[in-house]
Amino acid sequence: MSGHDHDHHHDDHDHSELTETELRVRALETVLTEKGYVVPAALDAIVEAYETRIGPRNGAAVVAKAWTDPAFKKALLEDASKAVATLGHVSRVGDHLIAVENTPKTHNMVVCTLCSCYPWEMLGLPPVWYKAAPYRSRAVKDPRGVLADFGVTLPKDTDIRVWDSTAETRFLVLPMRPAGTEGWSEEQLAEIVTRDSMIGTGLPKAPGGAK
Amino acid sequence: MNGVHDMGGIDGFGKVEAEPNEPTFHETWEGRVIAMVRAIGTNGGINLDMQRFSREILPPQVYLTSSYYQKWFLALEQSMIARGMIGADEVEAGHSLHENPPLKRGTFTMKDVERVTTRGSFRREPRLAPAFAVGKRVRTKNINPVTHTRLPRYARGRSGTIERINGCHVFPDTNAREQGENPQWLYTVVFSGHDLWGDDADPTLQVSIEAFEPYLEPV
Repeated sequence: MSGHDHDHHHDDHDHSELTETELRVRALETVLTEKGYVVPAALDAIVEAYETRIGPRNGAAVVAKAWTDPAFKKALLEDASKAVATLGHVSRVGDHLIAVENTPKTHNMVVCTLCSCYPWEMLGLPPVWYKAAPYRSRAVKDPRGVLADFGVTLPKDTDIRVWDSTAETRFLVLPMRPAGTEGWSEEQLAEIVTRDSMIGTGLPKAPGGAK
Repeated sequence: MNGVHDMGGIDGFGKVEAEPNEPTFHETWEGRVIAMVRAIGTNGGINLDMQRFSREILPPQVYLTSSYYQKWFLALEQSMIARGMIGADEVEAGHSLHENPPLKRGTFTMKDVERVTTRGSFRREPRLAPAFAVGKRVRTKNINPVTHTRLPRYARGRSGTIERINGCHVFPDTNAREQGENPQWLYTVVFSGHDLWGDDADPTLQVSIEAFEPYLEPV
């Protein structure tokens, strides 16, 4: 799989552990299948849904729509679940999605300090860093330090609001639309909406390099 | 419970390291684990809160040194063994060795996939009106249950403001213990950085938690 070169956890020791884990996971799946608890094809379908259907393009489409359609933006900020449900092309989100808007005055950032709650219908499965101790521990105490780890510096007087996802409500950050994107189509805009910009640990891509 | 999973405000874990172009799964088995957790959770009656608690009670040294999907796997295995759904000997053997009753909702098949890949609702009909109005000052209780709770330690015994009322939701603290959904009003409660972290706090910081009504008392 791609991206493996970056995975510093993969030294020899961990390799043998991973192999052991893999064997145990297979063993468990065999047991569950033999007991008639699961049908492997149904597990395949879940994996496929996560790998193909559920991902940050859903959230990017919502953000791009909000940037171009003031009525949709208003509806999104009032009741994000209801507003997203009106868009046929993104997956159902249940009824607890809350969209929070970044402004020149306030920057929003989302975390789950207790586990890994994440708006996966909008953004896909969370990245490893979102689920790991450094982010979960520091986001609520030192969000500017966390942003620095992502190479993001905000003006000193910008208010920072951190949303700890301690229940089943889920948060989608609506980032600010970058200058220089006037007249762009929703599809063009969706291209610059990064996953991290919808978590609040990043900003949309600068329009310079884009079409 | 006051476990290592409750990480808000702990120092010393180091920098956040993001992986560029991270794949959905790093190993094939990770996808199998999440699929099994969803399938057994839904059809076997292990609800989300029970699943979370099963990961919280992993030994702290295991919790801190295992990858995310390793934790999910270990917790799934342990909760199935604890419920008598599988035997420890069966995972060792890699085969079913005993007869078991079927899952509560039967075999997890293709017809169940949609249900676990779209999000359900945790909102329930309220029996009472919410006790707190938007704008009201409240204090979180100082509770330290050894069982599952969603009130993080860093936000216990702190004064904050009700910002939103998010409906009446399944209460994790009882739902995790098979004591029923016991629906409770859910609020967004916002705290100043200073009220959480004292004089050294970032003056521009505000943090909110999602707090169930039993976590709160009037100021």
